[in-house]
Amino acid sequence: MSKNAIMAGLAIFVIAVLSPFWFNLGGTDAAPEPELSAKAKAAEKCVLDKYDMRANHMSLLDEWRDAVVRDADRKYHAVNGKEFQMSLSTGEDSCLGCHDNKENFCDRCHDYTSVDPYCWECHTTPKEINQ
Amino acid sequence: MLEIAIKGSKKYWIWLVVLCAVIGAGVLVYVDQFINGLMTTALSRDVSWGFYIANFTYLVGVAAGGVMVVIPFYLHNYERFHRITILGEFLAVAAIVMCLLFIIVDLGQPIRMLNVIFYPSPKSMLFWDMCVLNGYLFLNIVIGWKVLEAERNQIKPPAWTTPLIYLSIPFAIGIHTVTAYLYCGLPGRGYWLTAILAPRFLASAFAAGPAVLLLLCYLVRKVTKFDPGWEAMQTLAKIVCYALIANLFFFFCEIFVTYYSQIPGHMSHIDYLFFGLHGHNTMVPWMWTSMILMIAAAIMLVIPALRSNYTLLPYICGMVVIGTWIDKSLGIIAGGFVPSPLHHVTEYMPTIKEIMISLGIYGTGLLILTILYKLATRVKEEVRG
Amino acid sequence: MKKSRRSFLKVAGVSALGIGVAPALKAVATASASTPSAAVRTKAPEALEAKRWGMVIDTSKITDEIAEKIVLACHKSNNVPDFNHEPDKEKYPNTRPVNHKQELKWIWEEHFNNAFPDKEDDFLANKFKNLPFLVTCNQCKNPPCVRVCPTRATFKREDGIVMMDFHRCIGCRFCMAACPYGARSFNYRDPKPFIAKIDPAFPTRSKGVVEKCNLCAPRLAKGLQPACVEVSEGAITVGDLEDPNSEVRQLLGEKYSIRRKQELGTEPSVYYIM
Repeated sequence: MSKNAIMAGLAIFVIAVLSPFWFNLGGTDAAPEPELSAKAKAAEKCVLDKYDMRANHMSLLDEWRDAVVRDADRKYHAVNGKEFQMSLSTGEDSCLGCHDNKENFCDRCHDYTSVDPYCWECHTTPKEINQ
Repeated sequence: MLEIAIKGSKKYWIWLVVLCAVIGAGVLVYVDQFINGLMTTALSRDVSWGFYIANFTYLVGVAAGGVMVVIPFYLHNYERFHRITILGEFLAVAAIVMCLLFIIVDLGQPIRMLNVIFYPSPKSMLFWDMCVLNGYLFLNIVIGWKVLEAERNQIKPPAWTTPLIYLSIPFAIGIHTVTAYLYCGLPGRGYWLTAILAPRFLASAFAAGPAVLLLLCYLVRKVTKFDPGWEAMQTLAKIVCYALIANLFFFFCEIFVTYYSQIPGHMSHIDYLFFGLHGHNTMVPWMWTSMILMIAAAIMLVIPALRSNYTLLPYICGMVVIGTWIDKSLGIIAGGFVPSPLHHVTEYMPTIKEIMISLGIYGTGLLILTILYKLATRVKEEVRG
Repeated sequence: MKKSRRSFLKVAGVSALGIGVAPALKAVATASASTPSAAVRTKAPEALEAKRWGMVIDTSKITDEIAEKIVLACHKSNNVPDFNHEPDKEKYPNTRPVNHKQELKWIWEEHFNNAFPDKEDDFLANKFKNLPFLVTCNQCKNPPCVRVCPTRATFKREDGIVMMDFHRCIGCRFCMAACPYGARSFNYRDPKPFIAKIDPAFPTRSKGVVEKCNLCAPRLAKGLQPACVEVSEGAITVGDLEDPNSEVRQLLGEKYSIRRKQELGTEPSVYYIM
């Protein structure tokens, strides 16, 4: 393999591997700001505190799912004393019961971080039902 | 050693390009299936396993058949097989890779396939299938590579390969027994619920595997300078002969038990396969073809004059491969699922998309086989001068 | 040159493995640390409980209309797709034509000879010749589908219901092959276009997972009766088979009943009063 071929191959590789960055060139968006709905603001306390939720809501939902489906437990007594239904999308005291606008709340951070959770393939949002 | 694979004749490269084209087409069709779901197949609520699992079952057999060259040489020092054990081991590697690919394309949620490892379920035969298939694949890759490398450097293979080789023998029996256990432990499927399914699978495997290997020996003789040896090929033919007779005998045992006991739940499946049920008879020509091919091949293999006929033998092997393929893949699947547990008949014939994905997987297997055989034959050519 | 390239690759491979393991270990450590240990998970107080849920179908009370109502109620309340429903062309443009053989059903009608193929009879009592028999998952006590699931996505809950965890299911369809009653359906395609009106009380499923009757476990947890029971006008009763005072036990004590394919040892929990 000649030196030129190696350098050319390396250059192509580096460009290809950095391609996600080329696609996202052109200014950064501001940090995401999820909007709390009126219901959520009125409730004041959520399942966990804000920073804990932001970091761990994925594993929390995972544990809730196992508790509901496998153990038939549905009520969650949070550390802060409030009670919640261990449900993402059904009922008043589920997650979407309070945070009823997915686009202004959930999607804000998810879109910014390019996270595409497939929860929404099954767990229907209130907007979808009312459409 | 892999650098051997990138030096080849024009025909070699054209063959690789053709294979890549077939694989590419299969990948494209698979993308459609991945996005839209298995609705692109002809599978149904009643027939929930089809062409993919059928081919998987057959290829597990071909992979297990490799043990038919390993046992004589490594356990009993049958020198005639010295040159072709590597061909058997590499055939097993290609076959197992195809098996794993067929399982993956059959899954409804393939991105979750690691759940089988995260949530091990020892009561499930699929869990054990995953274990033994991957174990056998790993064993054959390591053993084949090390032995070939040692031959190239003209030294003995390292000592630790010996226990691995011995381990690969029960693993080979294991992969096909576990695959049979997937089927024969299900209480609701009369065609599969028989103790003879595992022995029948093994017999069919020991006929199909060496038959494929025999055909590959012919090919290797033609396109490379490596000669596996006519005596070795004759022994392989004898193995195919007896395994095929065993397979046919086991099947006739099944026929006897079913039809002498006259139990409708068991008869209905074989009726559907060979005579049609309630007017549905898509499988009938296929099954009779399979039986005729297998019986004819068995007779021809028994007759020494025909078995040792150099020009005729590959055609007999072709008959064995086609006959056992129909019986083991289409026959097992259609017979098991039709009629359904509620005695409804829903027929199944794969769609073009299923066939294209399957061809893509066969192309992948052939690609791996080509490259591995190129290594093996080139090393042996080098060593022999 | 060859030797050092090989040893370089070996070292690189091992380090890659090591670097890969470190964040995995870290994730496990932080996950266990961040679980709020003081939070408690309990059943809802209004939940209906049983030691072993069972169903009794009084075949004398089932008519064609009631059977149809039951099937509709079940499929509506559980968001089971209906392939006869035309998808909304605006919401779901370009939906491919359906294959009715890939339909999904949780409960449906069968003739006696199909529901009980082991009891096929030329001289069957006239009453049963055209009666609709409702068949569904039998919530077996010894379920073969649970034995074969490689991920335990289908499992037997403590209260006897054979549940599906749709998040864990890899869609291998082994359970469909294992079920001796043909009770399970697979989502060969995305079901959403074929659900006329999504019931918000229960999620839909995605493509690629198996589903079946779950005895309306979410409704039982809220203290409601299963959807089929509510519209059955007394034909279907669901209750605790191990409670001698339950309604199902009283029904079974009074009248003769049969179950499907009893000789297979699956111990179905669905009884048919004849």
